[in-house]
Amino acid sequence: MSTLTILVVDDEEGIRSGVSRILSNFQVSYPFMDADLSFDVLEAATGEDAIEKIKTTKIDIILLDNKLPGIQGTDVLEFTSRNNPDILVLMITSYASLELALKATSHGAHDFIPKPFTPQELKSAIENVSKHIFLRGMTQKMKKEGKEVRFQFLSVLSHELKAPLNAIEGYLRIMKEREAGPEIAAYDQMIDRSMHRIKGMRNLIMDLLDLTKIRFEKKTDKFQVVKVSEIAQLAIEAINPYAIQKDVQIHLVDQSKIEINADPGDIEIIFNNLISNAVKYNKDGGKVEIILTIIDQKLNIIVKDTGIGLTQDEIDNLFEEFFRVKNEQTKHIMGSGLGLPIVKRVVDLYNGNIFIESELGKGSTFTVVLPM
Amino acid sequence: MENINKTILIADDDIDYLFQMKMHIESFGFNVITAESQKEAEAIIQSVKPDLAIFDLMMESDDSGFILCYKLKRKYPDVPIILATAVTSETGYSFGVNTDNDKQWIKADLYLEKGIRKDQLHKEINKLLKI
Repeated sequence: MSTLTILVVDDEEGIRSGVSRILSNFQVSYPFMDADLSFDVLEAATGEDAIEKIKTTKIDIILLDNKLPGIQGTDVLEFTSRNNPDILVLMITSYASLELALKATSHGAHDFIPKPFTPQELKSAIENVSKHIFLRGMTQKMKKEGKEVRFQFLSVLSHELKAPLNAIEGYLRIMKEREAGPEIAAYDQMIDRSMHRIKGMRNLIMDLLDLTKIRFEKKTDKFQVVKVSEIAQLAIEAINPYAIQKDVQIHLVDQSKIEINADPGDIEIIFNNLISNAVKYNKDGGKVEIILTIIDQKLNIIVKDTGIGLTQDEIDNLFEEFFRVKNEQTKHIMGSGLGLPIVKRVVDLYNGNIFIESELGKGSTFTVVLPM
Repeated sequence: MENINKTILIADDDIDYLFQMKMHIESFGFNVITAESQKEAEAIIQSVKPDLAIFDLMMESDDSGFILCYKLKRKYPDVPIILATAVTSETGYSFGVNTDNDKQWIKADLYLEKGIRKDQLHKEINKLLKI
C-alpha cells in the first residue's frame, strides 16, 4: 500500500475536518496498479500556514480554497507552481467564481472542485488526480528505461517511410486516372520524382541496417589493424562522382600513415557519413579537407568543409535521430537524418568523442577523436 | 465556374505532396498559391488573403502548422484552415478540432489525415467555403 499526502487549505474548519473524515478510510485501486493508494490528510487554515507546510513536508496533492484570510489561494498556487511544480493543485471554489477557477487551471492548477461538494464528488476528484499521479510516475519510469525513446524512434521512422510512399502512391493515382492527359511524356517529371523518393527510401533503409548492426553487434571479433587512410580513400572514391557533379575538391592529409585496431566496417561508417555530408552540404566549387593526425595518443579524424555551416541550435540537435537541418539550401538535399546518429553510436562504441565547429555560411569542421 | 476567383494557400515541405495537392485543387477550379515552408507561408500571408488555407503540421519545426494556424487566424479570423498531417496514426498523438477545448489551442477548422481521396478533399473544401 502506498500513501499520498493531501494538504487541505481552507479557512472553514468544517470543510477541513470534512475532507479529513471523508478521505481517512478512502482507498483508490486500479487493475494495473500493484498496490492500493490511501491518503494522509494535513490541514492548513491560511495560505501562510500552507506555504510553511509545503516547504517542510512532501505533499502530493493540495486542495486549495481561493478565499483565505491572508494571502489568497492564487498566491499559494503561484508559489507551488514555481517551487514545487510536481504537486497537483485542486482549487476548491464556489460556483460563483467558476471563472476564477478556469483562470486558475490555466495558471497551473490541475483541476477544480466546485463548492459545496458531496463526499462522492470529492472522492472522484481525488481518484482522478491520484490516477494522474500514478500515470505520471509510470511515464517517468518508462522514460528512464528508454521505452519512450524507442517508441518515438519507431513513430518518426514510420512517418519517414510513409511520406515517400504517399508521394509515390499519389503520382501513381494521377497517372492511373490520366489526370495530365493521354501523353506519357506529361508524366515524366512525376516518374522522376517517384524514382527520387524511392532512392531516398532505399538510403534510409540502408542507414537503418547500419544502425541496427551497431545496436546489436559487439564486433570485437572483427578487430584488426586498419590503415585509416586506406579506408578514407575508399570513402572518397565512393562519394567522388557526386563531388565532381558539385565541383567539390576533396583532399586527404595523412602524414604519419596511421594504423588503428578496429573493425574496418566501423571506420568506414565514420568516413562515409562525414565525407558525404561535407560534400552534400558544400557549396558548388567548394572544398573538403580530411586530416588524419595523432594527438595525445588519440586518433583525430578532422573533416573540414566550406559549406553552408550550422547554427548552434542545429549543432545541438545534430545527433538526434531523424533530425535534419531544414532551410532554403538544404531542401533539395536528400538525407535520412540517421547518418550522424550512426557516427555518434560508432564513436561511443570506441569510447571516443565527436566535436563540431561551425560558422554559418563559411563551413563546418567535424572532429572524431578515437583512443588508439 | 464560381470557384475561379477563390484562392487556396497550401503549405507543405514535401514538394511532391505539394505538387499533387496543387494539381488536384486546380482541377477543382481554384487558384492555388504554394509555400514550401512555414517561413514562406508567413511571408505570403503578409500580402495575400487566401480564401482557404491548407497547412502541413510538421515543417521546419514540429508545430509549424499550429503556428501558421494561429498567425493566419490572428490576421484573418474568417479564413478557414485545414490542418493536414500524416503523423497522428503513427505517433498516437490525437487531436481533433471538434470540441471547444481543442478549438482553444488549435486554430484550425478541420483536421485531415494525409492521403485523403481527391473527391473527399473537394467536398471538405466546398463545405468550408460554403459552396
